[in-house]
Amino acid sequence: MEFSTSEQPGAVVVHCRGRLNMVAAPRLKELLSSTVESGGQRVVVDLTGTDFVDSSGLGALVGGLKRCRQAGGDLRIAGAGQQVLTVLSLTNLDRVLRPYADVAAAVDGW
Amino acid sequence: MRLALIRVLVTLTLLAGTVYVSWRWLFSVNWEYWWIAVPLVLAETYTLVDAVLFGLTVWRLKRRGEPPPPPEDATVDVFITTYDEPVEMVTATAVAALDIRHPHRTWVLDDGDRPEMRAAAERLGVGYLTRSEDWRDRPRHAKAGNLNNALFQTEGEFLLILDADQIPDPAILDRTLGYFRDPRVALVQTPQWFTNVTESDPLGSQAPLFYGPIQQGKDGWNAAFFCGSNAVLRREALMQLGLVGYVRETHQAVQQALATASRLVARTLRRARRDGDPAGEVLVDVQQAVAGARRALAGGEPLAEVTGAFQRRLRELSRELVGADLQAIQADLGEIAELGMEQDQETGLVVVDEAALDRLAEREWSPLGAIASVAELLRSVDVDRGDEAQPMMPMATVSVTEDMATCMRLHGLGWRSVYHHEVLAHGLAPEDLRTMLQQRLRWSQGTLQVLLRENPLVQRGLTWGQRLMYLATMWSYLSGFAAVVFLVAPVLYLCFGVLPVEAFGLQFLSFFIPYMVLNQLLFAVVGYGVRTWRGHQYSLALFPLWIRACVTAAANVWFGRPLGFVVTPKTGVRGRQPFPWRLVLPQLVAVTALVVACVVGVVRLWTGAASSTIGTAVNVAWVAYDLLVMSVIFQAARYRAPGRDEELVS
Repeated sequence: MEFSTSEQPGAVVVHCRGRLNMVAAPRLKELLSSTVESGGQRVVVDLTGTDFVDSSGLGALVGGLKRCRQAGGDLRIAGAGQQVLTVLSLTNLDRVLRPYADVAAAVDGW
Repeated sequence: MRLALIRVLVTLTLLAGTVYVSWRWLFSVNWEYWWIAVPLVLAETYTLVDAVLFGLTVWRLKRRGEPPPPPEDATVDVFITTYDEPVEMVTATAVAALDIRHPHRTWVLDDGDRPEMRAAAERLGVGYLTRSEDWRDRPRHAKAGNLNNALFQTEGEFLLILDADQIPDPAILDRTLGYFRDPRVALVQTPQWFTNVTESDPLGSQAPLFYGPIQQGKDGWNAAFFCGSNAVLRREALMQLGLVGYVRETHQAVQQALATASRLVARTLRRARRDGDPAGEVLVDVQQAVAGARRALAGGEPLAEVTGAFQRRLRELSRELVGADLQAIQADLGEIAELGMEQDQETGLVVVDEAALDRLAEREWSPLGAIASVAELLRSVDVDRGDEAQPMMPMATVSVTEDMATCMRLHGLGWRSVYHHEVLAHGLAPEDLRTMLQQRLRWSQGTLQVLLRENPLVQRGLTWGQRLMYLATMWSYLSGFAAVVFLVAPVLYLCFGVLPVEAFGLQFLSFFIPYMVLNQLLFAVVGYGVRTWRGHQYSLALFPLWIRACVTAAANVWFGRPLGFVVTPKTGVRGRQPFPWRLVLPQLVAVTALVVACVVGVVRLWTGAASSTIGTAVNVAWVAYDLLVMSVIFQAARYRAPGRDEELVS
């Protein structure tokens, strides 16, 4: 799993490439925390390059959501593929987080 | 072959039992003494239901034989949970854990956060985990919280969970991981076996009936229980459980919070208008925002979207109000700080009870105070779970025995569990009566909490077999009430001639004896080669404890009372101690009454005050059985465990 970040007006985008599983989850959680701490309160997690996610990976997203909210910001997810959407719906997490089609849609009107 | 015999005996026992109990209800209740006759027939019905559930359990007794080899490349974290056990004990377990053959990482989960434990872990080269900063001033959820904390700091695919005293066999992973080749398997449980127990085991620590036929029977129904230690779990299953629970609980809490907010705002608005406070008008907008959020939620909008938009709107609105009555705001802010929702003392569950929310809604707020308290209320239950250390709690926290609740939820999500019948860890049992009673009390309270909070009979996703397997264990913890009746009835008959049954004649015996004999035979066959007698004894002899567990668990779940629960010490108290009269007082009273009743009964028969020889004989035999069963508690009270310091060193 590779992570990279980029700036958008009003938001920081975290790009996740590869398999977001139990091995990658702690690193993502760490990265999201440090992003929030360095002032990026609005975070978009870009899952366009993510070809697999498990419950631990989603757990890291929930952890990130908590960090952002506590800092007065928010977290959104974008670009989820079919496997990711399936897991989101299996765990009901789509009842909490809306999967935006892409980063542009996620930051639109935020 | 043995299974066929068991099934025949189950069928016969239940037939004989049904005939007997039907005859009791329909033809032999002595209504003249209904106040003891009805409790007695109820107690007998309770026992028959217990027998039905036991029969169902062993009907599908499953022997799994040799386990498959572990999946290739399985990664494993070994968790050793500790709170206040001696460092040497944990160290001994950690040393043994390092020797487990299958590749793994070993972690000590020290909830006591002890520097000497940390130093010992570092010396051994095992991982050391304590609660993160997030847990400060938040509910700790005991062992479940300790495990939940560790789950988010580790990354193994499977987790072996060991209590601080459970010394694992080097083969424990090689013998259990193979079952996870089936991707639906979430749990493999192995037995608990204790080394510091004498041959006669007066405290009844070994549970060979449970870690044997009962677990094997439950396994047959895909309902093998998780027992908190000596078990391997699949991380993915736990995480999924955590996510599903997080979504469900947050949804409910936000819905409730919005309903309260709606009432609170309406009330404050009415008051502001009555007092002619112009600042109140902003509350009309707040009201609209609350209504909009509730509509969006009902319409299936994702929660984070709804609450995010709602909180932003609240911030805008409160900005409009700045400059309003500062004093009133100050007073309210003080109040809001106190708003932290009430929590259950042991489980730390947020008690979002009606009363607390009512108090909140009824308080007189200033307009800005109303907005701030709505915002605070929402924040404490919102998607970030401000009220909890971490948003996801994979290990269930509804009960002080997290294992059973977690397992039931896993089964509810469609995961499978396995019972592997091979002792692969050796532990330490309580060493005196007091410690043993504390442990039993905690188990029974925890089990009953699960029954009252998440009744298995109505849980979605469970098969009927699974529901009945959970009920069977919970049902057995209600035995205290029946035990009292079984102790009192013969005393009443022998002393006062109070006859609960129409007649203790031959007809009674002809119905009762086949049932009793078949029942004993069934136990003998099911429990062949293991000692089931201690378990029988304690289900009657600990009647005060079982009743206390029922009463305290109900008071806790329904009225939020504390359980009076203590962490079970793993080390006994050493040295000579006086006989613990107070611990066994109810049993002492019962035994005295039984003995006196026997003497009185024989005298009454001799003097002609009582006329039925069979009646007296049946009741004297009954009393003799009660006394034999109860005797265990006095052996237990005198018992001191053999020294085991040498074992720890070796």
